[in-house]
Amino acid sequence: MSDRPHPILIAVAALVYLFLMLPLVIVVGAALSDTTYLTFPPQGLSLRWFENIFAISAFRRTIVTSLQIAFTGTLLALLIGIPAAYALNRFRVELPKWLGTLFVLPILVPEIVFGFALLKSLTVGTGVPIFAALLIGHTLLVLPYVVRVISASLASFDFSIEEAAISLGSAPVKTFFTIVLPNVRAGVIAAFILAFITSLNDVSVSLFLTGPGISTLPIQILAHVEQFFDPTVASVSVLLMFLTVAVMVVVERTLGLTFLAK
Amino acid sequence: MTQPLDLHAVSAHYGTTKVLEDLSLSVQAGELVSLLGASGCGKTTTLRLIAGFLSPTAGSIQLGGRDLTRLPPHKRDIGLVFQNYALFPHLSVLDNVAFGLKQRDIPSAERRKRATAMLERVGLAALADRAPGALSGGQKQRVALARALVIEPPLLMFDEPLSNLDAKLRVDMRVEIRQLQRSNGTTSVYVTHDQEEAFSISDRVAIMNAGRLMQFDKPEVLYRRPANPFVARFVGFENIIPFKVISRDGEMVTAETAGMTLRLSQAVYGAIPDTFLLATRPDGLMVSTDPAAKGLPAQLGLRTYLGRAYQYQCETSAGHLVANGSLTTPLEAGTGVKLVPVPEQCTILATEDAR
Ligand SMILES: Nc1ncnc2c1ncn2[C@@H]1O[C@H](COP(=O)(O)OP(=O)(O)OP(=O)(O)O)[C@@H](O)[C@H]1O
Ligand SMILES: [Mg+2]
Repeated sequence: MSDRPHPILIAVAALVYLFLMLPLVIVVGAALSDTTYLTFPPQGLSLRWFENIFAISAFRRTIVTSLQIAFTGTLLALLIGIPAAYALNRFRVELPKWLGTLFVLPILVPEIVFGFALLKSLTVGTGVPIFAALLIGHTLLVLPYVVRVISASLASFDFSIEEAAISLGSAPVKTFFTIVLPNVRAGVIAAFILAFITSLNDVSVSLFLTGPGISTLPIQILAHVEQFFDPTVASVSVLLMFLTVAVMVVVERTLGLTFLAK
Repeated sequence: MTQPLDLHAVSAHYGTTKVLEDLSLSVQAGELVSLLGASGCGKTTTLRLIAGFLSPTAGSIQLGGRDLTRLPPHKRDIGLVFQNYALFPHLSVLDNVAFGLKQRDIPSAERRKRATAMLERVGLAALADRAPGALSGGQKQRVALARALVIEPPLLMFDEPLSNLDAKLRVDMRVEIRQLQRSNGTTSVYVTHDQEEAFSISDRVAIMNAGRLMQFDKPEVLYRRPANPFVARFVGFENIIPFKVISRDGEMVTAETAGMTLRLSQAVYGAIPDTFLLATRPDGLMVSTDPAAKGLPAQLGLRTYLGRAYQYQCETSAGHLVANGSLTTPLEAGTGVKLVPVPEQCTILATEDAR
């Protein structure tokens, strides 16, 4: 065994990257095109389709809604998911096994069914306002990811560390914040990013829960494509990509740093 | 700062399973007591009860007159040292040691001073800024020890602190622990399943079995005068032979078992009941080829070499016994011999059903 990767391995890795990157390159290219229709390679270079996003008020509104829903939904899911994951791992022996499975169940149900079920139970049955329904729907949608990812982090956490801190005089709740949380920091960051992106990009659940006057960006993109075939769709997609990356960077920096400062 | 610990008739359950039954244990101020027993006998459970991570279903726990039974674990002021060290991975060695002081609202400069001083005592001052992940097992356990000692707890508890270390380090560390404990005079409870470790480090040892205390005494007493067959077997009295008294003559007692009679003095063994068990280690049964010897007739089986003696598996009318024979005359399997008990190496136990 040499310590340098095999040429075939390098080639395969390169191919995988190519496959992953190619659609992105095409989308970015199409967004920059000066034409009034979607095309690749771009003909002429222009930012007019990016300007067009903000000229259309429906895009402006849905971008804000999507960000609000994704942020609040992710925070809510973390607020519920972190304690849930903690309890599931801390009391693994004492708790029934199916309880853990309960939190993964929504992933197993086809999203479209999940969305429909939410429509039936939230909007139709009880008349919850659209924004609240969206928020609840997205929180539930991302909760399983949060619980999973943080559970994975906690699975390798040695709870005798927590007991050591408590025996040294640190109250249990305080110990959770000063000892447990810093050690699953990476999991929390990963869960945040995964949940945020899942929510931001969701179509199936939002499709059922959006209504008059309130929509999310992906739903608005669908609506737009039905009527127009201009590169706005591509430029919105690029914007969505950049938003996602920006969130990842910001979360890494802020969550990473605040935890380190403790 | 040193205080006595009292467990009074403590029982504990996991769900409906009883894991500790009616356990009473008094540790004197400044004493180091070991809990010794096979895996699963309830040693860790006992520590968790004292530390407060588990509530007893009956009984009470007192530390220096303070009733701990209902006190939450973070208010108990007990130093704990774990088998897997349990250092805080995200804190430096110094911050690990200073953690307990921080909880006690000691100002930062003072914390630093005391933690550094404690690290010096365990010989790790040079590694104060390291992350725990970058330490060897022995160093980690020293940090854990420093972290527990620096809060000057009235009670220190160790749960198999050395079992992740190699044999040589284990012996060095236990001497170190004992010296630190002695010089601080901290009352200590030490859990181990290693008999040599328990006997060498402790003032007294509590031998446990299946959630019960079998005997609690000085190592010397446990080793020479086990109180019951369980402890006897545990400390190496492999031969336990049932006897019946056939006559008494003042302090002398004559007793028999299938194939042998013995005369025993109550001045040596204490009061001898009508039926009893005679327990010896393999060294306490002399292998004699003299047909006139007064001993238990036996057929020799497998012979093994121990370095200081040969050991024989023997079949007798009193069952399977183990005896050591001299190195000068190795004997073959199948030889008929007499096994002669050496009085000063025997001890007498009440029969199991009499207890
Ligand atoms: N969380 C738990 N739930 C149920 N039973 C448990 C639990 N923890 C321990 N037990 C049981 O309680 C008994 C005592 O366990 P304990 O951990 O005190 O043993 P131990 O003497 O420390 O053993 P070891 O030397 O292996 O550490 C065992 O039979 C064990 O199976
Ligand atoms: Mg144990």
